[in-house]
Amino acid sequence: MTDPAALTIHDAGRRLSEGKISSEELTREIIGRIEKNEDRIHAYLNKTFEDAKRQAKESDERRKSGSTRGPLDGIPLALKDNLCTSGIETTCGSRILKGWIPAYDATVVARLRAAGAVILGKTNLDEFAMGSSTENSAFGPTRNPWDTDRVPGGSSGGSAAAVAASMAMGALGSDTGGSIRQPAALCGVTGLKPTYGRVSRYGLVAFGSSLDQIGPLAKDVRDAAVLLEAIEGYDERDSTSVDREWPRATVDLGAALTGKKIGIAKEWFAEGLDPDVRAKVNDTRAVLEKLGCTFADVSIPHQDYGLPIYYLIAPAEASSNLARYDGVKYGLRVSGANIVEMYKATRNLGFGPEVKRRIILGTYVLSAGYYEAYYLKALKARTRLRQDFESALSGCAALLSPATPTPAFKIGEKSDDPLQMYLSDIYTVSANLAGLPALVLPCESSKGGLPIGFQLIGKAFDEATILNIGYQYQQATDWHKRRPQMDKA
Amino acid sequence: MEKVAHLARLSLAPGDLEKFNTQIDAILQYVEKLNSMDLAKDLPPTAHVLDITDRFRDDRVEKGLSPDEVAANAPDFRHGAIRVPRILEE
Repeated sequence: MTDPAALTIHDAGRRLSEGKISSEELTREIIGRIEKNEDRIHAYLNKTFEDAKRQAKESDERRKSGSTRGPLDGIPLALKDNLCTSGIETTCGSRILKGWIPAYDATVVARLRAAGAVILGKTNLDEFAMGSSTENSAFGPTRNPWDTDRVPGGSSGGSAAAVAASMAMGALGSDTGGSIRQPAALCGVTGLKPTYGRVSRYGLVAFGSSLDQIGPLAKDVRDAAVLLEAIEGYDERDSTSVDREWPRATVDLGAALTGKKIGIAKEWFAEGLDPDVRAKVNDTRAVLEKLGCTFADVSIPHQDYGLPIYYLIAPAEASSNLARYDGVKYGLRVSGANIVEMYKATRNLGFGPEVKRRIILGTYVLSAGYYEAYYLKALKARTRLRQDFESALSGCAALLSPATPTPAFKIGEKSDDPLQMYLSDIYTVSANLAGLPALVLPCESSKGGLPIGFQLIGKAFDEATILNIGYQYQQATDWHKRRPQMDKA
Repeated sequence: MEKVAHLARLSLAPGDLEKFNTQIDAILQYVEKLNSMDLAKDLPPTAHVLDITDRFRDDRVEKGLSPDEVAANAPDFRHGAIRVPRILEE
């Protein structure tokens, strides 16, 4: 008997439609799994099991009456806790928002609800999505289900760990510089950062507004495509949401890869990349060649500038976005002798060290006299990096790179050295800066048995191509089917 | 550092101030790399990747949040208003 909690969304969907299982059973199984393992993993900040059971029951009733809503109806999912959920506390992993209950749903949440999804709860994250290990959560770190002494990556570490441990059938995360893809790589799941503008950011608590995108973390590429189709599309509530047609994500998954040209930049395999990761990512090439892909050498001359550009732009945008947390209208308030003292006392107690560091850095690079030396320079450099990608992608269907420089690192290993932590995102930030879609999926594990991911970067709004390549890779390999040993319900 | 912290409305403990100073120095040194890039004066900056600007939705009357919904999250709400410390000097 297959373990129901371990099913993919598309397998569970088939069983639901064949009447072999009910959403109530699925939901009960996964809740059982969470209850057995949550002490060890800490993937969730808030569990909404009573709501979930009710939603599952309603889904089963819909199915019985013949009015089911599609591939996500009755599927138990988790949401990163920076997505607003009406009536459900949304903390962003921060003390400053502890107890804050949004009065509305993020557009992606509303769309999942309309699709009939069962919401299990809100997952842990680095405070305000700033971090690469989930250690910056004000409510304690999440642990990697493959090795609980190690980090799950971040900032969507709770979502990645939950999916890896079958404590959710799929999840949403957000990605500003790699926050979906880096934890997907470290936890051995599939993660997609969509093209900037494809998924509405309305109701996503803003971090870096020109970089943020919401996307899925899933057990395989097909599930990621199904989740993308449920959440994408124009939304007048997000002024950067794009109103246009694009190839559907799920339609061409199975198309042959014959003749698809994939670019590889030598800059991605330079020093700093763990030799084991290099070897395993390189091995994906043979698999894809067998499937009909050809490979071309391309160059991203400004690859080394990606992180410096990112660590000027993202903190600048963050310092502005986080100015709203002042203790006035919602969230934490710490009283002070006057209003400025109130702001300072509130922000001092409410924000953790990484958030303060980035606010200070962002304020500094935007301040008079430094704006041109830092921020404007970064914006211009961003143009150069975009041009690199445009030119590399002009002759290729997609680009292939490592997802992270190393497999999962130990908890505490990098927490005192921000710069070392930032280097975890060296292969992921560029897709955000260029606004391109990027998919991370597992390849062969490390010698120590830890997951390793590789990345496929596509042309703007052409998620269909990278999903097609990723899907075919997963048809030919089993790495995505490996799961960490967990206590079953 | 103290000046920037004040601009950001943060008051840092002396220990934090020192630590942040060292860490932010290291980050700024790292981003100095950008100075070796060839950035022409007329190179347009990328503030965001889409070619859309100033988009507004139609001005329709819609139901907004009720005072009760707003008050539910306010730290100090009395007589239909959010209260804050005095903001004007005597």
